[in-house]
Amino acid sequence: MQSDLKQKLIGLGLFLFAIFIGVPVMINITGRWDFYYTLTSVALLSIASAGVWLTFYIGRINIGQGAFALIGAYFSAILVVKAGVTFWIALPAAGLFAALVAILIGIPILRLRGVYFAMITLVLTQVVTLTALALPITNGARGMSSIPLPSGVSIFGIPILPDFASMANTKLAFYYTATILMVASYAALYRLVNSRLGHICRSMQQNEELASSIGINVAYIRVVIFAISSFFGGIGGALFGSIAQSIYPSSFQVVDSVNYMLYCFLGGLGYVFGPMLGTLVLYFGWDLLSELGKFQLLIYSTLLILIIRFLPNGLLSVRLGRGDAK
Amino acid sequence: MSALLQIRNVTKKYGGLTANNDISFDVTANEILSVIGPNGAGKSTLFKMISSFTPTTSGDVLYKGERISNLKPHIVARKGVVRTFQETTIFKNMTVREGVIVAQHLRAEASLAGYFWGSKTAKKDVAAFGEYADELLEFLGMTGIGNEQACNLPQGSLRALGIAIGLATDPQVLLLDEPFAGMNHEETMRMVDLIRMVRDERGVTIMLVEHDMPAVMNISDRIVVLNFGEKIAEGTPSEIQNNEKVIEAYLGSADDEIGV
Repeated sequence: MQSDLKQKLIGLGLFLFAIFIGVPVMINITGRWDFYYTLTSVALLSIASAGVWLTFYIGRINIGQGAFALIGAYFSAILVVKAGVTFWIALPAAGLFAALVAILIGIPILRLRGVYFAMITLVLTQVVTLTALALPITNGARGMSSIPLPSGVSIFGIPILPDFASMANTKLAFYYTATILMVASYAALYRLVNSRLGHICRSMQQNEELASSIGINVAYIRVVIFAISSFFGGIGGALFGSIAQSIYPSSFQVVDSVNYMLYCFLGGLGYVFGPMLGTLVLYFGWDLLSELGKFQLLIYSTLLILIIRFLPNGLLSVRLGRGDAK
Repeated sequence: MSALLQIRNVTKKYGGLTANNDISFDVTANEILSVIGPNGAGKSTLFKMISSFTPTTSGDVLYKGERISNLKPHIVARKGVVRTFQETTIFKNMTVREGVIVAQHLRAEASLAGYFWGSKTAKKDVAAFGEYADELLEFLGMTGIGNEQACNLPQGSLRALGIAIGLATDPQVLLLDEPFAGMNHEETMRMVDLIRMVRDERGVTIMLVEHDMPAVMNISDRIVVLNFGEKIAEGTPSEIQNNEKVIEAYLGSADDEIGV
């Protein structure tokens, strides 16, 4: 037990060191500044995937995370552009708004199970895209561009967060923002899964009827989990909008929603950190395969099929497969 | 003797099919009452209505004088009427002890956010859950298999786990759906003793649906017989064994099945 905890802490320390110090140093040495953009994308996509993973945890296949990312991105953009709110307030507000929408949508659709729930969520992304095209406040197909960079925050004259616009290197700043948020999201997810709420989720995943017969309000828990999951989606989307400084109805499409699900599958549904690894590997894998030109998609999908066929429990099962992993 | 559970003119129709027609009987506190009947007699449907897994078409189920039909299952469970399941579908991918811990949901005092942040009440709860799980497993003689994955258990232990999960909710009434199905004689007798012990030592009123006649005759204080959705008899095991309507309903298939 003790050594297990020690091992985990060492692993965590190494990981934090790698992403906060190792990566920037390596990029400085190699001069591959474009990697900042890639890794920032991986970080924010893995926040959205964390949400998808959480809905898997209550036994629901969620192919609608793109919808909530889009909602979060637009909500934060509108707050920043039209209401002049600072990004640092707009970001959590976007998460909360996505969660609110998830509650309203979730109450009717979470009754469905299996492929029926998956089908409805698949449609959600398209519905939100069309809504963004139709509403006047979202500027329709022109989207919202030149969103200002996050402004500085100071309390009683003491600067807490720097003004991104005055920076020479916003790439590094965004990299840190995204990775810190990613670490915070996964810490929250880990805590949730290992608290009683996580046990309740597992009981619902395994047998929803028995869960309700032991007094668990399954409908309520489902909505709570879906809201949390969409909160992650909203945060990821809002961050994306801020980095790209623009947001269009096509920024998150059905294929993105499907990708989040694939990241979870690939990383492993049984492991909290599965979606993070899955996002990293798939995102980089796709980029690396671009050398192959027109065969990119063919090879990519073949590899995916092979991985899902031979590693049904995800990439993390390779390392943890033998022991009692959790 | 007062009635703890009252089934009042309960009817269930699925389209044109009547699964239960105008069924009424009482369950007295602290008794073991069995519902028997040939296949398709409507026993399971009756159970589903008592635990509010399905609404009644008409009629009510009263618990301590309060209506519990047509609610939500978790609300009925909260009031103290808890159902276990016919299939051995428990929480398969949890250990025995984990399952019993999760099942203590109704004993929780902390909020879900409290568990997330690790509040004082939550820590107290978690410790209490563990203690009570150990106590229950010891009571049911399952201490040795506490850390087994539920999916690796043999049939008999699975059923016992089902009862442990039910008991963990601190029920007043436990509805057992075919607790002896698929068991051999020895396992059945052990289960009969276990259910009696739950009633005697925990004061839980037991209602069960079952096919296994010798076991039913052995364990029940009273029996209700259903046939084609109608109640055809109610009484002690010896009364039921000599009831003409019951013999007729089971005739051909087997007199000996009733245990005469």
